[in-house]
Amino acid sequence: MRNRWLWTLFLSLLALLLACQPAATPTPTPAPPAAPSPTPLPPTPTATPAAPPKPVLFLSTQLRPVEEAEKMRNVILKPFGAPVEFIPEDEGPFHDRIRAEIQAGKVTVDVVGALHGNFVTLLKDNALEDLTSLMERLKDRPMIAQFVELGKLGTDRQYCIPWMQATYILAINKKALDYLPAGADLNALTWDQLRQWGENIHKATGERKLGFPLGPKGLIHRFVQGYLYPSYTGAFVTTYKSPEAVEMWRAFKALWEHVNPQSTTYDFMQEPLLAEEVWIAWDHTARLVNAFKERPDDFIAAPVPAGPKGRGFMPVLACLGIVKGAPNREGAEALIEFLTRPETQLTILREVAFFPILDIPMPADMPVHVRLEGEAVVKQSSAPDAIPALLPVGLGGKAGEFNKVNRDTLERIVLKGEDIQKVLQEEAGKLQAILNETGAACWPPDPPSTGPCQVR
Amino acid sequence: MGKGKAPEWLLPLALLMPAALFLTLFIAIPSVQALWLAFQTPGGSWSLEPFRRMVTDTRFLPALRNTILLIALIIPIQLVMALTMALIAQSRRRGAGFFLYLYAIPLAISELAAGLVWLAIFTERGYLNVILRGLGWIERPIVFLSYERPLGILLAVVVAEVWRATAIVMVTLVAGLQMILGEYWEAAEVFGANLLQKIRYVVLPLLRPSLQAALIIRTLFAFQTFAVVVALGGGVLPVLASEAYTWYVGANNPHVAAAYSLVILALSAVATGFYLYVLRVRPEEMGR
Repeated sequence: MRNRWLWTLFLSLLALLLACQPAATPTPTPAPPAAPSPTPLPPTPTATPAAPPKPVLFLSTQLRPVEEAEKMRNVILKPFGAPVEFIPEDEGPFHDRIRAEIQAGKVTVDVVGALHGNFVTLLKDNALEDLTSLMERLKDRPMIAQFVELGKLGTDRQYCIPWMQATYILAINKKALDYLPAGADLNALTWDQLRQWGENIHKATGERKLGFPLGPKGLIHRFVQGYLYPSYTGAFVTTYKSPEAVEMWRAFKALWEHVNPQSTTYDFMQEPLLAEEVWIAWDHTARLVNAFKERPDDFIAAPVPAGPKGRGFMPVLACLGIVKGAPNREGAEALIEFLTRPETQLTILREVAFFPILDIPMPADMPVHVRLEGEAVVKQSSAPDAIPALLPVGLGGKAGEFNKVNRDTLERIVLKGEDIQKVLQEEAGKLQAILNETGAACWPPDPPSTGPCQVR
Repeated sequence: MGKGKAPEWLLPLALLMPAALFLTLFIAIPSVQALWLAFQTPGGSWSLEPFRRMVTDTRFLPALRNTILLIALIIPIQLVMALTMALIAQSRRRGAGFFLYLYAIPLAISELAAGLVWLAIFTERGYLNVILRGLGWIERPIVFLSYERPLGILLAVVVAEVWRATAIVMVTLVAGLQMILGEYWEAAEVFGANLLQKIRYVVLPLLRPSLQAALIIRTLFAFQTFAVVVALGGGVLPVLASEAYTWYVGANNPHVAAAYSLVILALSAVATGFYLYVLRVRPEEMGR
């Protein structure tokens, strides 16, 4: 009898323990009072005054991949005098942590590094210090003026100080060049030529060699937002279900016939490129760089193709800011000053392939992989038909759901083959609901709006 | 019984205390919080909105279907394999103990690492294709993990999960077998039972409590599986746990994520109740 009781007790405790695990994970947990330092920085020779400098806690949605984070800790931040705890975090938990700390009145984070769009949310949460005076001290640095302007987040004060920039380009295996359609210019491709190119390769080799990052951590939603829609419709939100959009999805489905079907497992295109599972891939410069780094002779970089309306592309701006009530304001300002120095900017470029926000010449000793990407980035942004598209602005905590709508749209149309009109109708409804809820006004390339951006 | 000695009933309570405290702090309280989250809007008012969002999402039904399908495929295979492995590891042949260690290796590997190992095997330029090509059986690599053939991805997940988690079932069964083998086994031998008869009439009935525990553990873990699924299939093969994860981390909506978690909790509770009932041990059978 007692045995049975023990068993029941044991099993019910076990069941509770196991069953509750997933429920516990998604609960936003308030930030621990002091996050453990993943790799404590070794003391630097410059840091030996009487009192050791106070550590700076740096929370970032950028440089999240382990390799990049390690580079940040062990190379980029090393010449900085004081110890820095660099903590990369996903967007959701990033905002939750800042919000929780501000609400609890116990701020531990000093510096935040995130995309421009995240800063709009941070400002809405009243979580940012005004950095106008710090910006004043940095004004002798040749910062790109439009980025500085973006950093004001639509106010007249500086809240986000430009940190680094990136964009998305094409990486191409030289083997693919044999199949380039006649008359196509590699630096001014069209989406139609890219489809033809993929088809040529498919016919000749029997393999589908185009690739897109459709994996769970892939950035395919940026492709929909900043590349596909602007190229074909000249805008994004307002034209989400327009006749041009229907035409665009038809064209993209045709292109998809030559895309490697394993694309749904690709997070970073550099890996399938190096494995030669794909020959031509679209992705973020930082997620392609290893291909150029490991085999600079085998790969070339090119601007993205253009559609009927132009060459849509997405310049990505990452910013630095200081959390309201940061415990180490002095250290935080010193860190921002350090990260925007020309020599630090070039180290960042060399190590993690994010481009400087300073208008400085690229030194001749830059490694080949950086030059390869850099040239393509410049050609892309200075193309006569370029349509720069901003990352979604003003969506706050809903940015993730917004991305999900874009991704769902693509998956339903392209992978599941659902009816284009029906999918666009349904997903545009979800998009509109998010825009109404957040009140986000249109951002470029959509024409400016008063009130929430409207899908036409 | 001397003066100052604690009453007898206090000891078991004191022994249960640390575990109970742990469960309350880290499991019970977050669970209640998750329950609240699932019935709230981001604004904080009470609502069924998260559930509406979950059910109307295009991925909900496929996720539910895939989760149940995976469990229905994986659990029976694992049970048969684990029992065989446990019997081999417990047989009195020389070197049998070696198998116990061998089988237990995957236990030491994290779920995500296991997923990546199998990704390296099944991917287009992976080990399997290299071997098949080396043998001259195929001319060009086969794409196993294509969204066009979800069945291929499903089977890859089944293989990976069976490899990864059968050992958990086996370990539980080995513990149970150690209590049975010996006299009962010998008695059956004396009466001339063959191996199958011994398994059918001696091992399985006596192993029922262990089977129950093993099945409950394994099924509950299976409801939470997602790293392997995500590694091998990306978003093509959604399961409940992966959707909960994507809604929280990707879409930054803890409310819908909590709603998914509640579905997992409900299914887990049903499965546990089912096993407790079907494999219940009557009091008169407990007196060994």
